[in-house]
Amino acid sequence: MKFRSLICAFALLCLAPLGWAQPGSQLKFCLGSQPRTLNPLLVADDASETVRYLTGGVLMRLNRKTQQLEPELATSWKVSAAGKSITFTLRENVRFSDGTPFSAEDVAYTMQRLMDPALHSPGGDAFRGGEGKLETQISGRNRITLTFPAAVVGLDKLFDQVAIVSAHSPLKEMAVLGPYYVAENKAGAYLLLKRNPNYWKHDASGRQLPYIDSVRLDIQQNRDIELLRLTRGEIELINALDAESYEKLRAKAPQMAVDAGIGLDSEQVWFNQVAAAPIEGYKKAWFASTRFRQAISRAVNRGDIARVVYRGHARPAVSWVSPANRVWFNEKLQPHPFDPQGALALLQQDGFQLQNGTLRDREGHAVEFSVITNAGNKGREKIAAMMQQDLQRVGIRLNVVTLDFPSLIERITRTFNYEACLLGLVNDDLDPNSQMNVWLSSADNHQWNPAQKTPATAWEAEIDKLMRQQASTADFKKRKQAVDRVQQIVWEQEPFIYLVNKEALAGVSPSLHNAAPVALRPQVYWNIDRLTLGTQVADKR
Amino acid sequence: MSALRRLGQHGLRIAVVLLAGGLLSSMLVRTAPGFGVDEQDLDSRLTAESHRALHGAQATEGGFLRFYVEWCGRALHGDLGTSIALNEPVRQLLAERMPETAKTLGAGLGLAWMLGLGLALLSSVPAMRGVGWAAWFVASALLCVPAAVLAILFVLAAAPGRLAVGLIVFPKVFEFTRNLLGHSADLPHVLAARARGVGECRVLFRHVLPVTAAQILALAGVSVCMGLAACIPVEVLCDLPGIGQLAWKAALGRDLPLLVMLTMLVTLATLAANGAAEALAGNLRGGEAR
Amino acid sequence: MKVRIAALVFLALLALGCVLAGWIAPQGYAEQFRSEPDAACSRAHLLGTDDLGRDRFARVLYGTRVSLLLAPAAALLATALAGLIGGAAGFFGGALEGCVMAVTDLVLAMPWFFLLITVRALLPLNVSPALSVSITFALLGCLGWAGAARVVCANARGLCRSDLALLARAQGASGLRLLWRHILPNLRPALSAQFWISIPVFILTEANLGMLGLGVAEPLPSWGSLLRELESCSTGITQPAILAPLVLVILTVSSFQIAVRKEEKHA
Repeated sequence: MKFRSLICAFALLCLAPLGWAQPGSQLKFCLGSQPRTLNPLLVADDASETVRYLTGGVLMRLNRKTQQLEPELATSWKVSAAGKSITFTLRENVRFSDGTPFSAEDVAYTMQRLMDPALHSPGGDAFRGGEGKLETQISGRNRITLTFPAAVVGLDKLFDQVAIVSAHSPLKEMAVLGPYYVAENKAGAYLLLKRNPNYWKHDASGRQLPYIDSVRLDIQQNRDIELLRLTRGEIELINALDAESYEKLRAKAPQMAVDAGIGLDSEQVWFNQVAAAPIEGYKKAWFASTRFRQAISRAVNRGDIARVVYRGHARPAVSWVSPANRVWFNEKLQPHPFDPQGALALLQQDGFQLQNGTLRDREGHAVEFSVITNAGNKGREKIAAMMQQDLQRVGIRLNVVTLDFPSLIERITRTFNYEACLLGLVNDDLDPNSQMNVWLSSADNHQWNPAQKTPATAWEAEIDKLMRQQASTADFKKRKQAVDRVQQIVWEQEPFIYLVNKEALAGVSPSLHNAAPVALRPQVYWNIDRLTLGTQVADKR
Repeated sequence: MSALRRLGQHGLRIAVVLLAGGLLSSMLVRTAPGFGVDEQDLDSRLTAESHRALHGAQATEGGFLRFYVEWCGRALHGDLGTSIALNEPVRQLLAERMPETAKTLGAGLGLAWMLGLGLALLSSVPAMRGVGWAAWFVASALLCVPAAVLAILFVLAAAPGRLAVGLIVFPKVFEFTRNLLGHSADLPHVLAARARGVGECRVLFRHVLPVTAAQILALAGVSVCMGLAACIPVEVLCDLPGIGQLAWKAALGRDLPLLVMLTMLVTLATLAANGAAEALAGNLRGGEAR
Repeated sequence: MKVRIAALVFLALLALGCVLAGWIAPQGYAEQFRSEPDAACSRAHLLGTDDLGRDRFARVLYGTRVSLLLAPAAALLATALAGLIGGAAGFFGGALEGCVMAVTDLVLAMPWFFLLITVRALLPLNVSPALSVSITFALLGCLGWAGAARVVCANARGLCRSDLALLARAQGASGLRLLWRHILPNLRPALSAQFWISIPVFILTEANLGMLGLGVAEPLPSWGSLLRELESCSTGITQPAILAPLVLVILTVSSFQIAVRKEEKHA
């Protein structure tokens, strides 16, 4: 008896260093706004996406570090040669957080709901290559084939964003397969996520993941307060830091500041080229001129913007694909140089003349226009102020107007009552097909001149052709050629004047272990089930 | 009977003002630019059909008058609508958050009046001129500090954010009461009292304050509105889940059902506070006449 | 007396600084010294530079022009409206007072944020900075009267019952003459408080209106936009010069009050 007790005690002592999850370990960080929905099929905003990432179980997951797809709820998959169908072999003995068994029926149910045209889900629209219905074929309990109405480029990678919901659970979409489930939701204040007791994943030593017991997401709009809370130890991470906050953090607590390298996001400015826009005709003529846009591009000092606004944590941008996207970026292209003299030469070719420090067009109109941007974004306000000074050097008067976001959206999508707009592109997807609705001239997000009945210019017609071409083939080489050519055209014609690509900056507390911030979202907690806190020790195998 | 009639008149007045407030706010929100647009308009993953469906859903709401009439009809049955920004019933949101704002307002106004009136009273005593100058300078300084900065300072100092509301309202209370007390101190009856050797405290409480009571009470009513306005930046920055934080989110999100209800609440609070001030002032006048 | 002289001297220097800003400021307010963002105080930049490398001393001087001219004008407008509306309501009493006070309560409770957004939408995008900032302050003046009107109304009501009014009536004053000659001038304490409170409040509000596209447009500075730099002080103030606009606003408002208050006492 004594011997057994000794053995037990010894065993406990041996097991202790493996670091059983400390009861009550809680990871805390902030969301910028209240999630608009907890239904994973309707996610359209950042905050909802965060909750979906932490609670949703997906068939495969894009490893944010290696950028390779890894099996999750699907142990294997095969995409048909035509890209129209995909067959999954599902993991067995998996249950939802409420105990409901997971099966192929749930996958079929999720995809049918997602593809329902009445739902208008951004996730569902990504699969919609053409008219028609999704067909599902279930063989056995754990094998399913999904056949789409039209070929979908990059089909497998899209499933990284599809959280499977239960077809049978009484909790409906609140029953989850991910590492956490939503335990508490105080609207506007915080969300509390607790570990999913039925989470299927275990580490190599057999311990159930996640290591951290709960996650508390506080709703905090003010970035300065969020930074303060990190330095005080009230939260453990900031997923996306702006450059100014990063520098403050680096000065105060350098071990917390992490630069994950160049990201996918960019800042750009474009001119309103909508024919029916309520702006003067002579200004429409300016904005429609390629030389005018090229001149503006050369007159703006991208290097200064990267250095002053982003404190060196940005690089002059080239085109719509970031250099961080190693597979798709066209390496032959370089950022446009800062060349005010070159800009003036281009403008002169278009009939503009510099008179007493003011640039005038052929008809004598002084070149003056406004640029709108969203108020409260300090980075963009500074960029606009810098552009103002740069353009002044070539005799152009730029008026900076900051508007609240809904007013700005109304102007650029409904009334088209604006001249130029400075906004950023937030890009989560590596595959250029995700930007189809930006580059097709008939699309609503073809920002400078949306919803065209026929392409207004030859180069837009060429982009239409190339984008459709790359969407209709699974041959990577052909796709790459087409996408490279689109980048080239955009670089030449500059419908968007790309300014900078920002670096992915994050703040991580020393008490958070196993964090390896990357450029792809979610930058810090992409491996949430492997993160540990304090003295917790994870299995590193 | 006449008391009942007066009560009825007040009730009617409150109801009319409330309804007018709701109508006016729904008009302001509904006609302002940016209403009915969504950040999803910029989501390039959505197809053209989805965008059109989004626009269509927003367009079916109709004009502000129709919305308001329908909303009033539902409100009579206890349905205050659902918040667009937070996707929760408005009634539930308000029930959760009103106590928080009530605490913030109570603490803030308590501090503001304690400091404001107290220091104003001290300033009017000739022997305490130094205190008066110091208080005046601090009040002037606080007036010039942005509310957001004050709130941030409280967060930095890990002090209760509620008290920031007090420091925002205090300078206004102090400035008004100091001026009123200072002017009243020069009135003939006060000078006469001093000439007869009446002590300063007695002069202050028996001769100065009663004359200014009506205006001070009116200021008290107005200070409730000042406090509510101050709650917005303080609750947003100090993470206090009250109505101020809700109002800010609602304004940015053009959340019509929530904004109409919040406006009516603020109007009700303003009417109640000002009405109580008037009633007290009326009682004081009645007491004096006797 | 010494304090009053010091206040007057300060105000005179400030006014001189505003007028001669172009000569005093070593650099223009818009020029960006991009190699020196957030620079500390130096001979070249007396108050350092802001985050875009613009000379803070120049921006404070030019910002004084905008705020010193327009904020008091808007405060005067708000005070005048409060005096007229509150005074008339308290004087006439009865149903008129009830209606006016109801309107006042409504004005206090309304989300005017949306009216301001609508005004911005009606203005052309290329509106001149002078027009934009003038409209901003005019709007503030038109909307900022409600709080003081209540206090003024209570004050006027009290004055109507006072010996002062009795004496004036005995001397034959009545109606508007009584209101204009005897009641309104005695509302000075409440109106004076309203005026002095409104100036810094409007300066700060103008800065916040920048987010609606109103207010002072880049690169023109104002005290309000300079004060907004303080909002990023949550992780500490690395440059004390960032407090210069705050100190200046406090000193200016205080000096005005000292100068004017002494004049009232002498009167």
